[in-house]
Amino acid sequence: MSRLQVVSGKGGTGKTTVAAALALALATEGKRTLLVEVEGRQGIAQLFETEALPYEERKIAVAPGGGEVYALAIDPELALLDYLQMFYKLGGAGRALKKLGAIDFATTVAPGLRDVLLTGKACEAVRRKDRSGRFVYDYVVMDAPPTGRITRFLNVNDEVAGLAKIGPIHNQAQAVMRVLKSPETAVHLVTLLEEMPVQETVDGIAELRGARLPVGRIIVNMVRPETLDGDDLELLRTVPRAAVARSLSAAGLGGARRGGHAERLVDPLLQQAEEYGERYALEHEQRSELTGLGLPLHELPLLAEGMDLAGLYALATELREQGLS
Amino acid sequence: MSPDPARAHDATRPQDTARAQDTARPHETARPLAPARVLDVDPLLEDPRTRIVVCCGSGGVGKTTTAAALGLRAAERGRKVVVLTIDPARRLAQSMGIDSLDNVPRRVKGIDDSSGGELHAMMLDMKRTFDEIVEAHADPERAAAILGNPFYQSLSAGFAGTQEYMAMEKLGQLRARDEWDLIVVDTPPSRSALDFLDAPKRLGSFLDGKLIRVLLAPAKVGGRAGMKFLNVGMSMMTGALGKLLGGQLLKDVQTFVAAMDSMFGGFRTRADATYKLLQAPGTAFLVVAAPERDALREAAYFVERLAAEDMPLAGLVLNRVHGSGADRLSAERALAAAENLEESRIVDHDGGKAGLRNSPDTYGSSDPHTSDDQALDEGSPTAPERSVDQLTAGLLRLHAERMQLLSREQRTRDRFTALHPEVAVAEVAALPGDVHDLAGLRNIGDRLADNRPELP
Repeated sequence: MSRLQVVSGKGGTGKTTVAAALALALATEGKRTLLVEVEGRQGIAQLFETEALPYEERKIAVAPGGGEVYALAIDPELALLDYLQMFYKLGGAGRALKKLGAIDFATTVAPGLRDVLLTGKACEAVRRKDRSGRFVYDYVVMDAPPTGRITRFLNVNDEVAGLAKIGPIHNQAQAVMRVLKSPETAVHLVTLLEEMPVQETVDGIAELRGARLPVGRIIVNMVRPETLDGDDLELLRTVPRAAVARSLSAAGLGGARRGGHAERLVDPLLQQAEEYGERYALEHEQRSELTGLGLPLHELPLLAEGMDLAGLYALATELREQGLS
Repeated sequence: MSPDPARAHDATRPQDTARAQDTARPHETARPLAPARVLDVDPLLEDPRTRIVVCCGSGGVGKTTTAAALGLRAAERGRKVVVLTIDPARRLAQSMGIDSLDNVPRRVKGIDDSSGGELHAMMLDMKRTFDEIVEAHADPERAAAILGNPFYQSLSAGFAGTQEYMAMEKLGQLRARDEWDLIVVDTPPSRSALDFLDAPKRLGSFLDGKLIRVLLAPAKVGGRAGMKFLNVGMSMMTGALGKLLGGQLLKDVQTFVAAMDSMFGGFRTRADATYKLLQAPGTAFLVVAAPERDALREAAYFVERLAAEDMPLAGLVLNRVHGSGADRLSAERALAAAENLEESRIVDHDGGKAGLRNSPDTYGSSDPHTSDDQALDEGSPTAPERSVDQLTAGLLRLHAERMQLLSREQRTRDRFTALHPEVAVAEVAALPGDVHDLAGLRNIGDRLADNRPELP
C-alpha cells in the first residue's frame, strides 16, 4: 500500500469527500494518517464539521480501533516562508521578500512555484520520521487539484528541476519527483457515472501514464441505487397503464379508475421511470468504459441524506470493506 | 419575500427591474422550490445594453453548458454572440458538436438564424494568447528572446493562474474588436472562483512591487557596477534569490522580466481596463450552481465577493433542479405503499425479487395474510400481475427517492435564499443525460428561460 495517496477527480465528483473517507479508512486500527488540503477551500473542515483549519497539522478525527486522522490545510504563502526557514534559515530575508512582493510573486504570479510548495510539503510529511526513526504518518492522503490539472501539478517539480539546473531548489525538486514517481505514491481518480467525468478520467489516466506517474484506483462516487433493474425496465415498455393503476390502488393509493387518485399517479410515475431508464442506460455505458481501463474499480453509494459526518464514516467503512486500506 | 430593489451592489444595473420579478404569480405557488425572486434570462439576453455575460461558479455545476446555452439562445433571438470558453476539457467544443475550437472565434453552424443572429464560439488557448501578446507588443528580436526563454515557456504553458490572466486578456481583446454585440464568458475551472477576479489586481500589485525592480536591477545596470545603487536590503535580496533559485534560473527570470518589462505597462493598463469593464453596466454576472451544499456554498461566497467588488450580479442559475409531477405523494406514503405491495406478494414466493432487493425487513414483518389474487398467482412467479406489482413497488420507491432528493434540494436552496434573499434565481430542470448538440443546448436554454422544474 502506497504511503502517499493522491485523490483527484473532476470538479463536483466529491474528491474531497473520498479523500477524507480514505484517510479515515487508512487510519483504522491504530494507524495515523495525514489528510492534506492544497487548494485552500476548507473543504476538510466543513466535512469534519470543525472550524477552519489553520496551517498546522491538527488531529481532526479518531478512527475505529484507535487510529487518528490529522489534517493540514496548506497555505502556500506560509508554506513558502516555512520552506525558506527550513532550508535556508532566511528568517529576516523571508520578511524582506514578503515586503518586496516576492512571496506574492512566488505564490500567485508564478503559480508553478505554488505547486512546488504544495507537493513539496506533502512529500516532506511522507518522509518525516520521529526520533526513533519511525514514520510520523503511516499514510498521507492528499485532496489534490482536479483531474484536468493533476498531471501538471504533480509533475511541476520535473519542470522546476529543468529550469533550476543546480542549487537547492533543483535538489529539492528532484527529491520530490523521486517520491511521486515511485510506488510510494498512488494517484486515485474519483468520477461519477456520467459522460464528462468519465471522459476526463480516461484522459487523466492517459496523461498520468504518459508522465509515468503511478495511477492507483478509480473510485466511482455517488452511485445511485438500482431501484429498477433491467427486467423492470423491459416490462415498463409494455405494461398497460391500467394495470399499474390497479396495482397502485391495491397498495392503498386510491381509485384506479380514470381520474382516481391512483390513476392520476400513473403518468408522473412512468415519466420518472422513463428518466431513470435513460440514465440507467447511460450509466451502464459509462461503467463499461471505466471497466475497460483495466484498473481496480470501486463504487461508493449516493447517500440519500446528503453528506454528513455519519455518512463520511459510512463511506470509510465501505472503502475498507472493498479493500482500499 | 418582497424584493428590495435598492440593493447596493446592483444599483449600477439599469435593467434591474426588468430582469427580476416578484414570484407572486399564481401558478407558481405550488412549486416545490419557489425562489424569493425569479431571474428572467430573456430580457437580459435581449437587452442590447447587455454586452458581456460572465458565468461563474465552482467546478462541475454545468457552467460551460450554461454559457453555451445562453449564447445560443441570445443568437437565436437575433444577437451577434461570441462564447468564450476556457475549460481545457473542451466541453463546449463537444457540446457544440465541434471537434476542436482554437484561439479564434469560429462561427457555429446549424443555429436558427431567422432573427438575424449569429453564434461564434472559441476556446481559449492560453499559450497562444500569451504568445500573441508578446508578438503584438514587442519588437521581433525581443519577442523571439521572450518566446525562447525557459521561464516564459514554463509560465505560459499554463500553471494554475495563467489561465485567469489570459482569460481576462482575451475578454478584453474580444470586447475591443467590437465585432459582437454580446460576449458570453465561461470562467476557468478554478478551485477558487475568486482567481478570475483577482488576476488583474494581483498582476497589478506585482507590477507595482519592488520585486520587479530588484530583479531588473542587475540586468539593467549591469552586474557589479550597479550594486552600489542598491540598498543593503536589496543586495541581500538578490543574494537570497540567487541562493534560492540557483544562478541560472535567476538569470532566466531576470532575462524574462527584463524582456517583458516594456510590455508590462501595457499588461497593466489592459488588466485594469478589463476589470473596469466587468464593473460596467453592460456586464452581467451569473453565478451558476447546482442545488448541492458545496456548490451553493461556493455560490454564496461568490455572490458576496461580487458585491464587495461592485460587480453587477444578475442572478443565480441553479442547474439540475428536480421536480415531480406527483409531488403530492410523499416519500413516506410511497414507501409504505411499496412495502404493502411487496409484503402481500412475498409470502409464498422464495425468489421475491422486490423483497430481496429493496426491503429486507419485510421478511420479518410479513405475515401470511393470503389475499385472493395472490392465491391466483401462486406457483407462477412470472404471472403478469405479480410482475406489475413488483414494477409498481419499484416505481413507488423511485418516487420516494425523487421526493427525498427534492426535499434535500429545497433545504439547500432555502439556506441560500435565506442568506441572499436579494439574488434572483433561475432554475433549470435536470436532464437525465448529458448535452451533446445544439438541440440539447436549446433545450437547456428553454428550461433556463422557462425557469421551472420539469413537469410532465
